[in-house]
Amino acid sequence: MSARTESRPDGGRVLRALLYAALILFAIYYLLPLYVMLANSVKPLEEIRQGNMMALPQVLTFEPWAQAWSEAKVGVAATGLKPYFWNSIKMVVPAVIIVTILGALNGYVLTKYTFRGANILFGMMLLGCFIPFQIALIPAARVLGFLGIAGTTWGLVLVHTAYGLGFATLFFRNYYAAFPTELIRAARIDGAGFFTIFFRILLPSSGPIIVVTVIWLFTNIWNDFLFGVSFGDFDSQPMTVALNNLVSSSGGVKEYNVHFAGAILAALPTLIVYIVSGRYFVRGLMSGAVKG
Amino acid sequence: MTAKGRLGALLPKLILSPSFVIVLIFVYGFIAYTLYLSFTASTMLPNYDLVGLRNYERLWQLPHWWLAVKNLAIFGTLYIVVSCALGLFLAILLDQKIRGEGMLRPIYLYPMALSFIVTGTAWKWFLDPGIGIENTMQQWGWDSFQFGWIKDRTMAIYCVAIAAIWQSSGFVMAMFLAGLRGVDGEIIKAARIDGASTVTTYRRIIIPMMRPVFLSAFVVLAHLAIKSYDLVVALTGGGPGQATELPATFMYSYTFSRSQMGVGAASAIVMMMMVFAIIVPYIYAETKREPGQ
Repeated sequence: MSARTESRPDGGRVLRALLYAALILFAIYYLLPLYVMLANSVKPLEEIRQGNMMALPQVLTFEPWAQAWSEAKVGVAATGLKPYFWNSIKMVVPAVIIVTILGALNGYVLTKYTFRGANILFGMMLLGCFIPFQIALIPAARVLGFLGIAGTTWGLVLVHTAYGLGFATLFFRNYYAAFPTELIRAARIDGAGFFTIFFRILLPSSGPIIVVTVIWLFTNIWNDFLFGVSFGDFDSQPMTVALNNLVSSSGGVKEYNVHFAGAILAALPTLIVYIVSGRYFVRGLMSGAVKG
Repeated sequence: MTAKGRLGALLPKLILSPSFVIVLIFVYGFIAYTLYLSFTASTMLPNYDLVGLRNYERLWQLPHWWLAVKNLAIFGTLYIVVSCALGLFLAILLDQKIRGEGMLRPIYLYPMALSFIVTGTAWKWFLDPGIGIENTMQQWGWDSFQFGWIKDRTMAIYCVAIAAIWQSSGFVMAMFLAGLRGVDGEIIKAARIDGASTVTTYRRIIIPMMRPVFLSAFVVLAHLAIKSYDLVVALTGGGPGQATELPATFMYSYTFSRSQMGVGAASAIVMMMMVFAIIVPYIYAETKREPGQ
């Protein structure tokens, strides 16, 4: 574009304006669903039915939010989404912590204590990231039942741990691979042990990759639906399952404003993480996709 | 060797072993178990009577499964092609030294942070003729405007693609943008000096250089497409009728609601074959390469 700007200033300016117009149009395309959800979550139901979904609310009400949170009928019980929100938290937090710790240790071993067959081992773990989870549904139900944790939060934590390990290991392995091995060797000669090296040398410089891993895991586990719906009970069903139950419950009037408030509530934690740490979020996505 | 020394040598493997055991059970053990079930007469509960390939024969005779596979072909192709085209297009636009890029990029990318259930909830409403876009356009005075694809058996699968593309195209944009930023500026300058226009430079030089990004995007999107489950559940519930059924929803309903676990297991194995056909060569290339490169 810049070459043209120099030779034909007017044509360049028109092109430039078109370029910005296109970019803004696409921004609107991506933002529209969020706007519609937000705007309609604070309208009374009457206004939604008679009005236009694009219109700003004429009467502002937060009643739908309160209902979605603590009163709406989810499945059979009128509990709102609140208990499920906590179910999600109770599932995500332990899973993320366990997987991050294991991933860091695995990455450390796979790069600084390599042994014969380590690459094959790693390849096997990596393949686990990509299997369609449909393959796991029947056997996982059996295993969870056998362990006596079917339908519990711990059952979900175990399943998410198993399928989060591959990516976490991948992240840490690639990060530690770039860490100078000489430094580790020198420390070993000085008599530092396995854990001393890990805690004193590697971990202090692992900040960025820990953030990337935590965000990646948090987003994926929070957004999971398949495991939640297959292995969750009332006491353990996560937010995504509850939202789907709320929206698709057939009885009575469809309370669209409550549905939207609920959808935003379900999206809020990952959206906040994304807004606060966008750069790391993107890095995680990319290393999950591109990097080896 | 002292006891402590021996422990020291074992320790790294000891550290790795719990993760490895979990993966061995949850990935390879489960694959083996599901594979075994796919050869049995399992119905509502697992049953260990072998029946050979009967479940696979039955699976490929079911119009329902063919519909799911056909839908996956339509949905997957559209999803991959349009997401790549849109992502590349946006990345090129954004790469023109845009003021406000820092604001636009996160707007294009945020849908990737959402759950497919949330996306489905939003788009279900958007695409609903009674209250969504159709209604809005008519209220704005375009009386003849119609957009009822989601209620139409032949068109509903395109609605699934529309919502999925909305969710993922920003992510593909970010991948291409990273690729574009990695292009050596000297090459572009040289092309300019040779008199190549911007369009030619992109078409002949830069876009061909994006091959690895196309490959990564293809791998990621293809395996997401094969696994797609939540979006269909939230957006259409597989309907109208079975019009938007995909292999993943087929597997779930045959295994858990229709009590044909053998057929369900067979369909899961077929899905896994599809994913592996795409992913195994990719992982093989990845682990061959030295890490960190």
